[in-house]
Amino acid sequence: MERVILHCDLNNFYASVECLYNPEIRHLPVAVGGNPKERRGIVLAKNQLAKKFGVTTGEAIWQSMQKCPNLVVLKPNFELYMRFSREVREIFSRYTSLVEAFGIDECWLDITAICKKKEEGERFAYEIKELIKAELGITASVGVSFNKIFAKLGSDMKKPDAVTVISTEGFREKIWSLPAKELLYVGRSTDKKLQKSGIYTIGDIAQASPLFLKRQLGKWGETLWYFANGMDESPVHRIEYEQTIKGVGNSMTLPRDLHIDEDVKTTMFVLAESVSRRLRNHGLKGKTIQIYIRDNELSGCERQGMLRNATNLSFEIANKAMSLFRESWDWHLPVRSLGVRATGLSPGEEYTQMTLLGDDEKRNKRELLEIAIDRIRDRFGHYSIQRAVLIKDRDLSANPVEENVIHPVSYFR
Amino acid sequence: MRKVFVQVTASFTKEGDLVPMAFTWENGSKYGIDKVLDVKKAASLKVGGHGVRYLCRVRNKEVVLFLEDGKWFLEAK
Repeated sequence: MERVILHCDLNNFYASVECLYNPEIRHLPVAVGGNPKERRGIVLAKNQLAKKFGVTTGEAIWQSMQKCPNLVVLKPNFELYMRFSREVREIFSRYTSLVEAFGIDECWLDITAICKKKEEGERFAYEIKELIKAELGITASVGVSFNKIFAKLGSDMKKPDAVTVISTEGFREKIWSLPAKELLYVGRSTDKKLQKSGIYTIGDIAQASPLFLKRQLGKWGETLWYFANGMDESPVHRIEYEQTIKGVGNSMTLPRDLHIDEDVKTTMFVLAESVSRRLRNHGLKGKTIQIYIRDNELSGCERQGMLRNATNLSFEIANKAMSLFRESWDWHLPVRSLGVRATGLSPGEEYTQMTLLGDDEKRNKRELLEIAIDRIRDRFGHYSIQRAVLIKDRDLSANPVEENVIHPVSYFR
Repeated sequence: MRKVFVQVTASFTKEGDLVPMAFTWENGSKYGIDKVLDVKKAASLKVGGHGVRYLCRVRNKEVVLFLEDGKWFLEAK
C-alpha cells in the first residue's frame, strides 16, 4: 500500500492562541508582533479579521496600522506557543511516532501503519483536527496525501479548520492548475525564472522536461519536477521542533536608516555577538556566514560566504559579514534592516585545521575571552560589558538575543 | 464570563490520578466537591485557557474546574 502522510498546519497559530486566551479581542483584528512603539516590530501572525484588512505576515507593524487602524497588536509570548506546540505533538503521538516538525506550527505525520486502507487517512485527519480543537481550542488545516510535498500543499488549500485529500488518482486534476509558487520551495525568484520560460502552474512544471528545468534552475529544477509529479519519496523523520536548527541567525530593523559603513559595522557586531552567543549555547560552530540587507524601500538581498574554519567567534562572524556587505552594497539606498546568520553547522568540539600562519593560539584566546564575556553577561546583564564600537551609538546596540529565537528550517536534512 | 483562579485541595489516588476535593471561592467560602463526573483535556473557549477539565458536582450544581499549567481556575459568571 502507498504511504498515508498528513501535514497538519495550525491556523494563524500565535494569533489563535492569543485569541483563545483573550476572549474580549476575538471579534477584533489581531496581530502578534514585536514592540509597535519601536520600529523593529514586524507582524509574526495575524487572525482572519486582520487578514481581511490586508495585514500580511512579515510586514512592519506601522504598515499594518495604516491598513487597519483598529488593529490589536500583542507582544508574542513564545513560551506559551511552545507549550501549545508540545501539546499538539502529544496528540499526534497517540497516532504515530513518526512526527516531523516543520517550524513551530506545522508537522508531518506518517500514519501508514494504522491505516488498513488508504481511505482511512481522511478519517484520521478529521479526528486529529477535532481533537486539537476540543483540547486546545485552536484550529488546524490538514492535508492528506501519499507524499510529504502534496500533504503540505493540501494543508494550504483549504483554511482554516479543514481537511484536503490529494490522492494518487486525483492529484493531476486537483493541483496541476494551481500556480507554481504554491509548490513547496518555489519561492519568488524561482517563480520569476519559471515564468520567463512560460511555466505558470504546477502542471506546467510536471509536464516540462526535467532536463530543461535542470538547465534553468540547476539541480533544484529536477527536484521540482519530481515534486510536481508526486514522486517525492522523502520519509517523515522523527524530528522535534527543537532539533530543527539548521542555521542560527538574527536580524534587526534599525531604529533609524543607515547611510555609512561605520553604522553597518556597529550593527553587524551586535548581530554577530548574538549569533555567536547562541552558537555557543547550542554547542555549535558555523562555516558559512550569510547576510541579509534590506533597503528603506523594503527590497532585500542575501549574500553568503564560507569561512576557512567553522567558528562561533563574534569577531570572525562580524568581519566576514562586514566584508560580504562591502562587496555587495553600493549604497544606492539607505539600509533599513540587516541580518546575520551562520549555517553549515557542526558540533563545536570538532577538530579544526590548523593554519600555517599560526594564529591558532590567538583564536583560542579569543574563544576563552568570549566565553568569559558570556559569563559576565549572565551574572550582570547584557549591557554590563560591551565593545567600544557599540558604545559609540547606543541606538544601534540593542540586545537581539532574546528578541528572535525562531530558526529557519530546511526541508532537506 | 470570568476566569477565576481558585485555591484547590486535591488528593492523589493510588494510581496517581489527581482528584480535586474542595476549592475556596473569591469571597473565602470553601466548597466541597461531592463528585468528579468527568475528566478530560479541553479548552475553555468561554474564559480563555486550556488544560485538564474536571466536571464536578458541588451542592447539586455542575461546576467546571480547569487545571492549567499547575493552576486551577473556574468558569465564573
